[in-house]
Amino acid sequence: MTALKALFARELALAVRIGGGALMAVVFFLIVVTVIPFGVGPDLNVLARIGPAILWIGVLLANLLAIDRLFQADQEDGSLDLIVMSPVPLEMTVAVKALAYWMTTGLPLTLAAPLFGMMLNVPPQALGAICLTLLAGTPALTFIGTIGAALTVVLRRGGLLLAILVVPLMIPVLIFGISATTAVITGPTPFLTPFLILVALSLFSLVLGPLAAAAALRASLD
Amino acid sequence: MFHGVSFSVEGGHALALRGPNGVGKSSLLRLIAGLVRMDAGTLELAGGAPDVPLGEQAHYLGHLDALKPSLSVIENLGFWATFLSGREAAREDLEAALDAVGIGDLASLPARYLSAGQRRRLALARLAAVRRPVWMLDEPTSALDADGQRLLFALVGAHLSCGGIVVVATHVDLPFATTVLALEAMR
Repeated sequence: MTALKALFARELALAVRIGGGALMAVVFFLIVVTVIPFGVGPDLNVLARIGPAILWIGVLLANLLAIDRLFQADQEDGSLDLIVMSPVPLEMTVAVKALAYWMTTGLPLTLAAPLFGMMLNVPPQALGAICLTLLAGTPALTFIGTIGAALTVVLRRGGLLLAILVVPLMIPVLIFGISATTAVITGPTPFLTPFLILVALSLFSLVLGPLAAAAALRASLD
Repeated sequence: MFHGVSFSVEGGHALALRGPNGVGKSSLLRLIAGLVRMDAGTLELAGGAPDVPLGEQAHYLGHLDALKPSLSVIENLGFWATFLSGREAAREDLEAALDAVGIGDLASLPARYLSAGQRRRLALARLAAVRRPVWMLDEPTSALDADGQRLLFALVGAHLSCGGIVVVATHVDLPFATTVLALEAMR
């Protein structure tokens, strides 16, 4: 437990200090959100209708931005060897690293989304739904991404391959996240049904992600 | 990859792996550490904890120093000491380990400002900070100056005199009694 706490603290420190990626995802998200209205045009009704989708897609892409470095940075400087050799189960190490990544990427994105939603003329009642669905859905994005990060750990420029591998798995999360949000704005489907499936997807990936990623890491070190 | 490799090392003794470049010294160390799966053969640590993998009872010092540039010297060491031992590392112990490798005055410096030799010394400090019976060292003298080598040999000597085991892949002549395992390329 002490070891995992130390790892968590180290991951947070690395992300927040110079050279870390904590703010990068939010800035990228802001870029996506500001560029879209220039392409779509200033029609406020159109923006309000596609706003939730843009926010969710922006979060999905921003979440992918730095996740390829999750294990690669440790692999390049030799830390991964020591992590694998340590008495701490690799699955727990992976889970803690993914949790720290979510704290420094998924959580800031979730908190920024309502603010950016106002820039897209998303109706006020949907801003809360955006925040809630992202809070439930971003852990799934992170933990699914973890599997891809582990599979591509030894590949230089593995980021693109990672995206190809994991984005298909993230599509259900995207669909249920957006449909729960639009249910609040337009109906007629209820909010709770897609939202509960979203929560289930998150819980599922919370368990499966660390197991699969640890297996992939062990295989790639051989 | 290996064929007919056999060795035994007793507590308090060192085993030197020798051989030309590319013969597999590093690979053999990684194999012993459990980082590479063994297809055949056995590896046993007599007197060690039987249900704990050898890798968890051993220190592995590879070519890479496992340091994060944005963390300070003592943060780097403190993380590994805590993570590898599972106990909160006391600051005095960390400082003592840094002193043992001659970089005690750099404790609060970010690791990105260290020279190659100082990075190597910081990696070595890990061995002094966490007690483990088996040390596996891959070219431990690389980038170290004469003083650094003297400190390294003192560390290894102290470990051996406590009954520890050292397996070292090196091209340098070592100042302590070692069994030599000469690896040859297969024809």
